[in-house]
Amino acid sequence: MNEPSATTIARELEDQTVREQQDLRGLLTGTWGRIRSGDLGALPVLAGLLIIAVIFQSLNSNFLSPANLVNLLLQSAAVGVIALGIVCVLLVGQIDLSVGSVSGLAAACFATLFVKQGWPLVFAVVGAVAVGAAIGWVYGQVFNRFGVPSFVITLGGLLGFLGLQLFVLGPSGTINLPYDSWLVQFGQLDFVPAWLSYVLVVAASGGYFVSQWLLARERRRRRLIAKSVQVMTVQAVVLLVALLFAVWYLNQSRGVGWMFVFFVALVLVMNYALTRTSWGRHVFAVGGSVEAARRAGINVRRIYTSVFVICSTLAAVGGLLAAGRIAAASQSSGTGDVNLNAIAAAVIGGTSLFGGRGSAFSALLGILVIQSISSGLILLNLSSSLRFMVTGAVLVLAVMVDSLSRRSRTEHGRG
Amino acid sequence: MQNQNEGTQMSSRPVIQLRGVSKSFGAVAALTDVDLEVSAGEVLALVGDNGAGKSTLVKTLAGVHAPDSGSIEFLGEEVTIPGPNAALNLGIATVFQDLALCDNLDVVSNLFLGSEIRGSRLNEVEMEVRSWELLRQLSAKIPSVRIPIASLSGGQRQTVAIARSLLRDPKLIILDEPTAALGVEQTAEVLNLVERLRENGLAVIMISHNMSDVRAVADRVSVLRLGRNNGTFTVADVSQEDIVAAITGATDNAASRRVAAVSTKAASATTPPAGTSSTTDEQE
Repeated sequence: MNEPSATTIARELEDQTVREQQDLRGLLTGTWGRIRSGDLGALPVLAGLLIIAVIFQSLNSNFLSPANLVNLLLQSAAVGVIALGIVCVLLVGQIDLSVGSVSGLAAACFATLFVKQGWPLVFAVVGAVAVGAAIGWVYGQVFNRFGVPSFVITLGGLLGFLGLQLFVLGPSGTINLPYDSWLVQFGQLDFVPAWLSYVLVVAASGGYFVSQWLLARERRRRRLIAKSVQVMTVQAVVLLVALLFAVWYLNQSRGVGWMFVFFVALVLVMNYALTRTSWGRHVFAVGGSVEAARRAGINVRRIYTSVFVICSTLAAVGGLLAAGRIAAASQSSGTGDVNLNAIAAAVIGGTSLFGGRGSAFSALLGILVIQSISSGLILLNLSSSLRFMVTGAVLVLAVMVDSLSRRSRTEHGRG
Repeated sequence: MQNQNEGTQMSSRPVIQLRGVSKSFGAVAALTDVDLEVSAGEVLALVGDNGAGKSTLVKTLAGVHAPDSGSIEFLGEEVTIPGPNAALNLGIATVFQDLALCDNLDVVSNLFLGSEIRGSRLNEVEMEVRSWELLRQLSAKIPSVRIPIASLSGGQRQTVAIARSLLRDPKLIILDEPTAALGVEQTAEVLNLVERLRENGLAVIMISHNMSDVRAVADRVSVLRLGRNNGTFTVADVSQEDIVAAITGATDNAASRRVAAVSTKAASATTPPAGTSSTTDEQE
């Protein structure tokens, strides 16, 4: 390994125009500059979470109790998975309004196959998820071949698949899932053992550090500016301490639910797909400029289809998680505020409604905001009418932040 | 670069040669019997008034439209260009006027969009290194390859678009109005870039409305008028009035009178405009 000496000039610095420094101070000034120019990243959401926590904790001291937080995380997994699909659709500048109905239909199909038809659980799960994927494929075909706006297609789907859900459930309207089935266990009772949760946390921060270090080494070898070891150590330690504290706090109660771990794992996989594969790059390109993407030789239709399929599939998975959580599939599965909560979570988390901007983590952050508000208002014994109004106001606020930061980005030339 | 070697060895014969190319859209004849040739290491300016057929001709070469008749020879072999990908595979790269860049992606992502370097995942380091090499080769000034396209100036965007077209090692590069909507300094940057393309041994076709740009970088000027050739000039021995006269197709009209008046005023031109435009109708 021939590490270049400190006197070797990085490629970027051959031009005199590069100013960003890669040590800790450079990181801080660079971040501050980005924030000032309207590239807010996850900042508004984190600030929002903090404000929500302070307000509800002062109104009801149970809000930040380990028991409530454990519950809050479990509750957020199902809609969070649906929001993850919405993120993909929003990234290409489209929307799917039918995720609630699709999740309800998937739950109904699963319950029918598993309870009424007596299929093995795995086949019933695969069947229900396949129904979701098929719906997404149909959306993609209608969108690509007939040019119907996704807004209209999925609005039709919202109504149509709700009807299909009622049809599948039949006259009884509710199918209860046996309590000893794996899905219900997964949704209600399965928690990560304390020792394993600490191991996972250490592995996650360690993995982060190693991947950053390998990347920095490769960059330095190719004479590119690389993150300093100081910066990545600080980042990894902050991550480790934060996660350790969170897990320790949750372990004071029941701990971290496997369902939430599953959701986080999906977020990480999606983040990898969006940022490290050419598919993800093409999704962002289509969201930025369809014409440019087409001229670059990207199969735009295939990208649209893949995104619709992923969104509906994740909606179906979310529907199954929700069914496991309440141990039933009913006529009200996936109805009510599921649709809007999923879309609101993606937008609140920082994925732009205008396409081409966002990340998988916005599903995670956004659903935490939505679920915190919902949980806090329930603790205060407030009616669902108020809950809807508050969630609606937060959604509008989030889109306002999105629009304002977009305007600021345009003014500062950060697109 | 390999372009240079190939460029010097084949400078004798044209990279592309069009003979009698015609194209009509319904009853409208957009191109009639057009001939055109460009050699390696040569910049050909393609000029003409609005509706003269410049865009149609470029789209024919880029594989957007197929010609109705006529032949296209590329590197001495007769070829057909059925689609955009066929043009790219032959080695014809086109930079359209709207550039087709994604504003939300950074420079590296835009350069490699649709042809990413990847193993099991995107090889960002390799792409970044090659981006720097490519931009250095064009002596292009880009502040960072990791900033979104939206934060670049018009000239820098044009540079990125041209650099992207070079990724597939083309032999012929077509620039559609590369200096339109650019400021003085940015225009100079792009013209420098065009000269660098020529030095690298590429054949360049540049569409332009700006006569001073044409005279600054082009070796030859080919004039289209109403879908026909209306004269090809060597820039070194032709005056601006001659080109304008060929574009407008008339000796006595507002544009050529104005050019004549300006040059008379400058007390340098003694030739009356009528004498300079002998090329105008000789093609007929």
